[in-house]
Amino acid sequence: MNRRTFLTTTAVGLVALASGVAQARSISGAVPWEAFAGEPPTPVTPGGWHFFQPREVVLMEAIVDRLIPADDLSPSGRDCGCVVYVDRQLAGSFGEAARLYMKGPFLPGLPTQGYQNSLTPAGRYRAGLAAFDKAVSDTFGGRFETLSPGKQDQALSELETGKLKLSGKVDGKGFFALVLENTMEGFFADPVHGGNRDMASWKMIGFPGARYDYRDWVDQHDKPYPRGPVSILGNIVQAKAG
Amino acid sequence: MKTLLSLALATSALASPATAADLQSFQVEKGHYQAILGDCAACHSKAGGKLYSGGEPLETPFGTLVPPNITPDRETGIGAWTKADFRNTMKNGVGKDGKHLYPAMPYPSYHLMPDEDVDDLWAYLQTVEPVHHAVEANQLPFPFNQRIVMRGWNWLNFEPEPFQPDEKQSAEWNRGAYLVQGPGHCGTCHTPKSALGADESDAALQGATLQGWYAPNITGQKRIGIGDWSKNQIVAYLKTGSNGHAIAAGPMVEAIQDSTSQMKDDDLQAIATYLLSVKADDEDGGGEQPKPLASDDSQMKAGAEIYRTSCAACHGMDGKGAEHLFPALAGSAAVQQDDVSTLIHVILAGAKGPYTKDRPTAPAMPSFAFHLSDEQVADVATYIRNDWGNAAPAVSADAVGDARGAD
Amino acid sequence: MTTILPKKDVVIIGLGWTGSILANELADEGLDIVALERGPWRDTATDFNIAYMQDELRYAIRKDLFLHASEEAMTMRNNTSETALPMRDYGSFLPGRGVGGAGVHWNGHTWRFYDSDFELKSHLTERYGADRLADLTIEDWGVTGRELEHSYDRFEQLAGISGKAGNIDGRIEEGGNPFESPRKRDYPLPPNRMPYGPALFADAAKSAGFHPFPTPAANLSQNYVNPLGVAMGQCSYCGFCERFACANYSKSSPQTCVLPVLMRKPNFELRSNSDVRKIELAKDGKTARGVTYVDTSGREFFQPADLVLVCAYALHNVRLMLLSGIGQPYDPATGEGTTGRNYCYQTNAGVTVFFDDKNFNPFIAGGAIGQTADDFNGDSFDHSALDFVGGGGINCIPTSGRPIQHRPVPKGTPKWGSAWKKATKEAYQSTLSFGVQGSSYAARGNYLSLDPTYKDRYGVPLLRMTFDFPDNDIRMSHYLSDRALEIAKAMGGREIAEARRDKSWNSVPYQSTHNTGGAIMGSDPTKSALNKYLQSWDVANVFVIGASAFPQNAGKNPTGTVGALAYWAADAIRNQYLRNPGKGLVG
Repeated sequence: MNRRTFLTTTAVGLVALASGVAQARSISGAVPWEAFAGEPPTPVTPGGWHFFQPREVVLMEAIVDRLIPADDLSPSGRDCGCVVYVDRQLAGSFGEAARLYMKGPFLPGLPTQGYQNSLTPAGRYRAGLAAFDKAVSDTFGGRFETLSPGKQDQALSELETGKLKLSGKVDGKGFFALVLENTMEGFFADPVHGGNRDMASWKMIGFPGARYDYRDWVDQHDKPYPRGPVSILGNIVQAKAG
Repeated sequence: MKTLLSLALATSALASPATAADLQSFQVEKGHYQAILGDCAACHSKAGGKLYSGGEPLETPFGTLVPPNITPDRETGIGAWTKADFRNTMKNGVGKDGKHLYPAMPYPSYHLMPDEDVDDLWAYLQTVEPVHHAVEANQLPFPFNQRIVMRGWNWLNFEPEPFQPDEKQSAEWNRGAYLVQGPGHCGTCHTPKSALGADESDAALQGATLQGWYAPNITGQKRIGIGDWSKNQIVAYLKTGSNGHAIAAGPMVEAIQDSTSQMKDDDLQAIATYLLSVKADDEDGGGEQPKPLASDDSQMKAGAEIYRTSCAACHGMDGKGAEHLFPALAGSAAVQQDDVSTLIHVILAGAKGPYTKDRPTAPAMPSFAFHLSDEQVADVATYIRNDWGNAAPAVSADAVGDARGAD
Repeated sequence: MTTILPKKDVVIIGLGWTGSILANELADEGLDIVALERGPWRDTATDFNIAYMQDELRYAIRKDLFLHASEEAMTMRNNTSETALPMRDYGSFLPGRGVGGAGVHWNGHTWRFYDSDFELKSHLTERYGADRLADLTIEDWGVTGRELEHSYDRFEQLAGISGKAGNIDGRIEEGGNPFESPRKRDYPLPPNRMPYGPALFADAAKSAGFHPFPTPAANLSQNYVNPLGVAMGQCSYCGFCERFACANYSKSSPQTCVLPVLMRKPNFELRSNSDVRKIELAKDGKTARGVTYVDTSGREFFQPADLVLVCAYALHNVRLMLLSGIGQPYDPATGEGTTGRNYCYQTNAGVTVFFDDKNFNPFIAGGAIGQTADDFNGDSFDHSALDFVGGGGINCIPTSGRPIQHRPVPKGTPKWGSAWKKATKEAYQSTLSFGVQGSSYAARGNYLSLDPTYKDRYGVPLLRMTFDFPDNDIRMSHYLSDRALEIAKAMGGREIAEARRDKSWNSVPYQSTHNTGGAIMGSDPTKSALNKYLQSWDVANVFVIGASAFPQNAGKNPTGTVGALAYWAADAIRNQYLRNPGKGLVG
């Protein structure tokens, strides 16, 4: 065989600047391409906790089971992996606010100016869960996970509306909104991220997931799409009967 | 404020510094064309390197060879060579130092070239920019590093003689035969090799595996060759990298970019005429036509679902692809080859098509190594080999696993 | 220490739509060109892999392909009485990053503005009198729609736009937009097939007396080979356009339309991960010497060049001009100065119709595949009896059913719990939303400047946005919302929910990445930063190309006009500037 390399073609013209530009890349006369190129996601696997402490796990599981209760439409938020999802998110770049502008000064802003606190999402959970735990115990006479579902819903509603005040500088309303947002992400995101186990939410609403070609159905107006969801994990689900 | 273009980074033969002002002489111009026909740049140049100053290491069945510097630099190139030295290399496989070359240098093909063409090529090579770049060419392990061995190899496998035209055939056919067997050295990739690395002449151009790719059958056989292609489709493929249905991938990408896309149309027509004639009377088209697997076969069912999800958005549910962008899988010989190396490699690693002036898109296929398990790759490969009128044996997960491991 | 690099003929800042078009045009002049791109190299098969491009969390929510606030943020306030604070996360708009820029993750709506949009001030003054403009500071563009026609056409051909002409040389074409200004020929491709939602919208709009037509789309209705010889595929209605890159070569982008050709040209070089900090001026302040940029390790380089093309995102173009001292910064107190002037946005509103018995399959979608009624856009309708100028397109273009973001529920539904779940399931398939994309007209108090407090990671001031919707635009938007409501009612749904536009621009919820102005083109050097060829009035070897040049924004997506301006500027450079380099093209 007389060809040069098979796994990296068209590297033609990739040259570093004379003095060595670190990481910057000069490309001329070629379109870069590499075999096996890509940055596929690393699938989240359940087991162990990367961010939450044991007490936080108990609280979070009880919370997501009220935000997304088990019923005939889907399993509960916990059983769908929502807490695993949030745990991995908080342990990663999202938790440390890697993509946010985190320089001061931190001043109180107007609602139109968005979040202006110096706490990272991980910091908000740590402070928020502790403060919520205490506030519930103080106000409802028992720890959150021991309350009846009705009382749990009441506690969460009061957190949502700001009626339940949290100690310290924790903004309870904002904290609830964050937990709700992340829980919904976990419920509806691709299962590769740890939540939406068995694509439960997609089956519930009829979202076919990671499909990429609907040319055969775009003209089928007002008719349900006949195929079940697929995940980017390559979790192929057989076509529904009929 | 206009400036001359910087050509320092140009690597293709056409864009070489020699094209501009230096190609005054007719002989040099003819020699340049010989360099295109012989695709010297493919081996003797490397990414980011200067033209002909030495190539990337070649992995051969015997070990690694590094194509040497063939610029006219006196110390590290061929600047100190004579025309006779060069002829001896091209035709007899003997270097200036009297050592025998390994047949990775395709002198078993080049020896068919007339002296005049070799001399033209010599004249052209003398005009390229001399580059001081020492290359340690011989990196083979014992005993293959003993070039004396090559004497015996040549005695067994090789007899230098000029191309003998077949007078029963047309001038075009003979030109094509000469180009394919001679400077084009198509058989270097497409002809299976003996244990000693020599061409299996009975099976010329019927496909061979090399380094994870299968260089397919390019004879006129219908099912697994290119007998279903029209002459114009073959010409378009060689000239542009795409004939509307098939798009080149793997090592052929560079062969097209550096060589065939720059050949004269007459020569491409001649190559097509010749290739279509090889084995054209083989009624079976290379063996009995297999029956397609049944659509309710478990691999076929699983493969069809994977295809719908991961492949159809480009190649279409009808397998017809998109002209000059996504290769057609329906009716594709590449998909139905007995040897599935290329098919598996492309699914796992992805592939990029050739860039040519006529077809500049150079579309690429993504890697599915992450997305699909060995079983899934086998299932979808089996499926595309057996739908839309295609028919070929099933692909096993083990074959995919082996290919994945090798990569 | 700054490394000084060998001089180039042209340095291009940013390799998105405008940078790649200009580079490709000027490379054909034989110029030696380098493009400096802040983000990474990206291409279809290697970076937009069909096996995982459908990851809503990664691309739409965590914004993998976008500029992150940690890299460069901006501050905002609604008016000069407030203290601007940083948008710590981008929300209301999402600037692009990396090769291809926002051309990678756009939806693909590709409009031509109306001829009257380009002569807006003259046209409205003549038709309604100067009093009507009140506090608005709208301007003419200097270039006319007729002059831009050819450039629009070139961009449409490049990008394989799918649509139906409404007016060819003054002849009204059945099936197109009857209000559009005359064009020379039709789009290169026919319209896409319509999913159910837009089809239903079109029927309702017609019955209500509107003239709907297929939105011109950069989602290709058929396989296509563009004039550069680059092949593209047919859109597969996958519903992953906006915020995503296209994995099957069917959405026009620099990658799918230009780069396969441009990148092969030996006189073009791309340096990725190279962040331009400043355009360096000669002592006289009238000539750019080149640009200073920083790589990802913080090393600084000076790239000398004869011609500097500023082709970053509109807002970054303006910041770079302010940081480089090009043009006098605009001062809203005096109304003087040009750089930062006439910042505009988009005035959007929406309507959602809930049905009991419909199945829209909202995930069968393309970024620009839908229907538009332009009966009340720009000055296509008589404003004589109205209390505003401007208008908007009424667009039914369901772009996806991706469920983290797309979960419509009727008003009064709780945000969690079983009742929420039930409502979500019921509404997901049976709800149709459409929107009003309104014009945004310049007002004296809306502008861009450098923030006095907040700095980027290099210690350099962030861009400060001072913006709120002008009262004129609010009145316009409500008028358009009333029109949209007429169509919604004609659909016969169970329940209608409106999202009307009111004062106080909120930087948090996503609205539109159509930030325009700040370095506007025009014919008066005291009121515009650029002449009609997008050349700086102040520094003749600097051209600034992008939506930053819009004197105000129309009720349409900007990319078609941005692409046209790129060709327009390229032609001016090729045919005029290069003959007489360093000189202003307008007196």
